[in-house]
This record gives sequence, C-alpha cells and structure tokens, in this order.
Amino acid sequence: MQHKNRLRPFFENITFDRDDNELVLNFGPQHPSSHGQLRLMLHLQQEQIVKAHPDVGYLHRGMEKMAENMIYNEFMPTTDRMDYIASSSNNYGFALAVEKLIGLEVPRRAKVIRMMILEINRLMSHLFWLATTALDIGAMTVFLYAFREREYLMDIIEGYCGARLTHAAIRIGGVPLDIQDTFIHDLKVFLNKLPQNMKDYEDLLDTNRIWLMRMEDVGVISTDMALSWCCTGPMLRASGVEWDIRKEEPYELYDEVEFKVPVSDKGDNYARYKLYMAEMRESAKILYQTIDMYAETVKNNQTELMAHAPQYISAPKLNIMTQNYSLMQHFVLVTQGMRPPVGEVYVATESPKGELGYFINSQGGPYPYRLKLRAPSFWHTGILTDLLPGHYIPDVVSIIGTTNIVFGEVDR
Amino acid sequence: MRAYTPKNDVQKKSYYTDRYWVAPQVAKSKVEDDAVFAADLKAIEDAKFKVLDSYIQVEQMVVYINPEDNVGVLEVLKNECGYTQLSELSAIDWIADRGGFEVFYQMLSMSKRKRLRVKCFIKEDQAIESVEKLFRSADWAEREMFDMFGIKVNNHPFLKRILMPDDWEGHPLRKTYPLQGDEFAAWYEVDKIFGKEARDIIGPEIRDTARVDRYDTERFARLGHEIPKGSEFDPDKEKTPLAYQEDEGVFLIEGFDEDKSQIVSDRKR
Repeated sequence: MQHKNRLRPFFENITFDRDDNELVLNFGPQHPSSHGQLRLMLHLQQEQIVKAHPDVGYLHRGMEKMAENMIYNEFMPTTDRMDYIASSSNNYGFALAVEKLIGLEVPRRAKVIRMMILEINRLMSHLFWLATTALDIGAMTVFLYAFREREYLMDIIEGYCGARLTHAAIRIGGVPLDIQDTFIHDLKVFLNKLPQNMKDYEDLLDTNRIWLMRMEDVGVISTDMALSWCCTGPMLRASGVEWDIRKEEPYELYDEVEFKVPVSDKGDNYARYKLYMAEMRESAKILYQTIDMYAETVKNNQTELMAHAPQYISAPKLNIMTQNYSLMQHFVLVTQGMRPPVGEVYVATESPKGELGYFINSQGGPYPYRLKLRAPSFWHTGILTDLLPGHYIPDVVSIIGTTNIVFGEVDR
Repeated sequence: MRAYTPKNDVQKKSYYTDRYWVAPQVAKSKVEDDAVFAADLKAIEDAKFKVLDSYIQVEQMVVYINPEDNVGVLEVLKNECGYTQLSELSAIDWIADRGGFEVFYQMLSMSKRKRLRVKCFIKEDQAIESVEKLFRSADWAEREMFDMFGIKVNNHPFLKRILMPDDWEGHPLRKTYPLQGDEFAAWYEVDKIFGKEARDIIGPEIRDTARVDRYDTERFARLGHEIPKGSEFDPDKEKTPLAYQEDEGVFLIEGFDEDKSQIVSDRKR
C-alpha cells in the first residue's frame, strides 16, 4: 500500500483523470521517422493504437496565398518547395495547368526533355523513399546504396538546371534549355547500372526476416478505404486499383511510350514497397525510350524549346537580344506578367507520390484569382486516422514510411 | 483620378492595365456535346435537383447547384454515375464582388475517365453540409476550407483548424486578409511565448525578410564599425573608427591603418 501524496508522481500539465489504461502518446512533431513535421496523437491500449490524430501544419507557408499575389512565372520556383524530393514534377504540374488554361502547344523536343526530367525525378523520389524507409526500419546499407544512386541523378539534374533539389527546370510553354552534352551519356551509364543496383537492394531486403516482419500484412489499406480517402499513385495501386494518370489521361508523350502500370491487391506495406521497385524499372524503361525520341528530334532538326505565343511567352533569347519588338514583349511579360484568359482549369498529373493537381481560377489578371494545390500527401496523411488504429507502435514508423508523405506538400 | 480600391480585397493588384484591355475567355462548350457528361447531368436533374448552370470547360464539366443540395448531388454522382472519388474540395472568395464564397467539389470517375466539378454559392456567414459521410477525403479537405476561409461545415466529425494554430484569429485565404499578416499575426509568437508585456521589449515580427536596418545593432553589425550588441547608436554623435577587431593583427594580413589610408575621390584615376 502506497502512502498517499508520497510516491505519487507529479508532472506539470498532466492530470490523471482516467481510470483505464489508455495512454496518450505524442509522436513528433520532431521525430526522425516522421519524414518532416508530423505530429501524431496516439491513444494506446498497452502497445496497441486505438485512436490516432495526425496533426499537420508545422510547415505551412501559405503557398496558395502567395500564388494569388504573384505573376504566373514568379510562382514557378515556389512550387519547387512543395514536394522537394521531386521538385520538377511540381513545376511541371503548374506549367501544364497554365498551358491548358491559355491553350498552348509545346514543341516536341521540349516535351521529350520534360519527360526525361519527370522520370528522373520519379527515380530520385523513389530512391529517396527506399533509402529513408529502409533506414527507418533499420537497414542502413540500403540507405547508403540508394542515396549513392540518387546522387548520380542529382548530378545529371544539376548539370541541366544548376540545382540539385529545387530545380525550377520547367517553364510555362516549354523548357528553358536544351539538355547538356553529357546528359544522355550520364543517363545511359546510370540506367545500365540500375538493374544491378536494384538487384542489390532487393537481395538485401526481399528475404530479410526483419524487413518482411515489419512490412508484410502491416498497414493494409482496403480498396474502399483507398478510394474513399482519395488515395492516388502507388498508395492506390497497391490496393488493387489500376489507375495511373500517365496511362489513363495521357499528357506529354506518355501515349507514345510503352510502360506497364504495376498493381497489387494486397494493400499492405510490402505491396507498396514492391510497387515502388517495379515503378523504378518502368521509369527506366520510359527513359530509354525518351533517349531515342530525343535523338529523333535531333535528326528532324526540331530545335524549338518554347511555345510560340508572343502574348504569353517571351521570345527566344536570341530574338530578345536582336529584335526590338521581342524585347518590348519580354519587358511587358516580365514586369507585368502574362494575362491568361478568364476561366477555370483543374489539371492532374501523376507525380511520384500520386495525383498532383492544380486548380486555377483566372479572372484575366496577371495574378491567379484562386490557385488550389491538390497535393497527394495531404490525403495520404489523413488516412493515418483510419489506418493506424489496431496497429502497434513500431508499425507506425513503417506505415508512415510506405505512405511516402512529404511535408512540403502536406502543409504547402 | 486615383483608382478605387475595394476595402474587402486587399490582395496585390496589377500596377498597370491597358484601359482598352478586354480579357479573353477560355472556351466553354455545351454539355450536350459530350454524351457521357450529358447523361451525368440528366441523372442529377432526374433526381429532382436544380441545376443552375452547366457547361464544359477544358474537358471537364462544371455544374452549379444550390448549396443545400450538395450532399444529394454528390450521392447521385457517386452511386449512380460512378464518380467514386472526391479529389479536391475548396472554396473561392467572392466576398468583394458577390458577398460570399463559391465552394467547389472536384470529382473523378475512374470507370469513365472523366472529371467534373460541382459548384455552389454560399453567403459569407452561411454554413454548408458536410459530405464526409460520402467521401472520407472530405474530412481533411473541409477542415482546410474552414481553416482558410472560415466556412462552417455542418455535421463534420471534427471541425478544427488543420494548418494554422488552433488559437489563430482570422482566415488567411480570404481576400480581406493582408498578405503580410494582420495585427494579430505580427504579435502572435511574442504574445504566446513571452506574454503581452514583452511586446515593447521585443517588437513586432518582421515579415519582410529583405529589410535591413543599418542602425539596428541588435540583428546586424555594421562591418568595420562594430559596437556592442544592442547598444544605442547615433551616427552623428558617435564616431566609430574604421579598424580591425584583432589587436595583434591577422597572420599574413597587413593591419589596416586609417591614418595612412587614402580616400579616392576620382574614380577614373
């Protein structure tokens, strides 16, 4: 029998007004496995979670508000800061939305270069996912391997646009530059080595007992749940829905390349892991095809990189420097900004994380009247509310890992 | 004459617009042009919901309905027309023009490969019914809409701010909300961490990150004219000799002597 008021612990701010064994655990916001600033309020019965409340907003920068006060081209580098693991895919989604709004046709070579950049970004994102998730679960070697390969890709991108993480490599109406001389060679070196690298990762993980115990039958998302929470990308495909926007609503030249959409009906962590690996192989396949497509544009002498629309897009640099009217046009477009027509558009693209959508309401001014960023990770974080109950504390880490959330995108 | 700027829209405006400028429109087409959308629209009308306006713009159908019909229309679209996913839900601020918000529901049908947008207009203080029962994704989206615009959502399971702190005042995506933040925002962290009485000592949050105050000895040191941190500085009264901080000098670098230095006035010398 304890003496009252003697051995009773005293904690500030905590009142013990519960009779049951439920413990409220505060997970994050600073936690190495929360992949950013995620705070989870977990209600526990012993080790089992009975209720979960994800709390987000620690990285909220008000991008939608910023967009309403910026000209369209000015907002492009801001989109980099959403999914900063694959920032060109954000650039691309925005560029495509504005192009649809003003009805632009992008030159073929620009399309090919965009596809190359997008798929490199997908590979970078998936490698990063593999590295961090494996590290969360304790596989240090895979982390080092995958980061090494990601570094090669970042070098290629750095050679193209000068930046490693925040690329801003895509413009409204095309791409700013042609690829550098070493691009194709470096990419081929990387792609030729990729199958062996992938085999290394899979040899380390596929039959690893710890990996399997943490992944198999953990975090099972049923098809209904995935649809109801509007999961997209690998999160949806792992739950048995074959839906890839690149395939279903093709943009750029995705209808000209051959690739498969990997699907699994298991819905657990392991299925998602397998999908990420399969998608990397498909991306490599697409990249091989784009290399050929690029060679074709060189052969056909299709050198244009930006769409020709003087009302919206500045002329090429050579014209600006030599022709007076192009210079005037450029001056107006830079100081005042382009004025897209009055209307609304919602454009969805398949970013590495899922459906990245841009909703733009334009009232004919140089600033968008309303811009809504539909980031896949937002809903992939929300689903934790329904997904975590029933799981145990160690599963939280692996589930957060396989949802592949990035907080630049959740909080925007 | 100076142009009139509405008080209920404090967002950035273009500094110059040609007075003869007429903005072009994004092309709209009739719903009848697309058989799939026409069938969806008919299903909504058959269920006795009033459609105020409808058209196709950039490959997507837009349907305007009454705000009280939102759950019913979305239910018809989900169960009868195959729009199984609610990809996005948010609002547009039209307070300055029309005194309310336009709420939009962006939907996707995977079986038909079609996207459509359901829109309804609500008054500024009008609440809207939650669609969370139909789509779980609306849970967080409606919370975000409440957080950003202050639109109340009836029968939502957990209507709480999601991105801003719980005790925040004001709704940032409204056009009335200033871009630099309002009075409350400027003092939020000071009040919260140190208390209101510390306002005089700390000062408001500086949101213009590019701003540099030359005489602010708290945050900046005037290079070559260093004085103790936080001390008052008046450039007229006080003379701060230009000198190196290191008394013994730096290895391999010759010490700077102000008396021996020469000020060059002729730049072309």
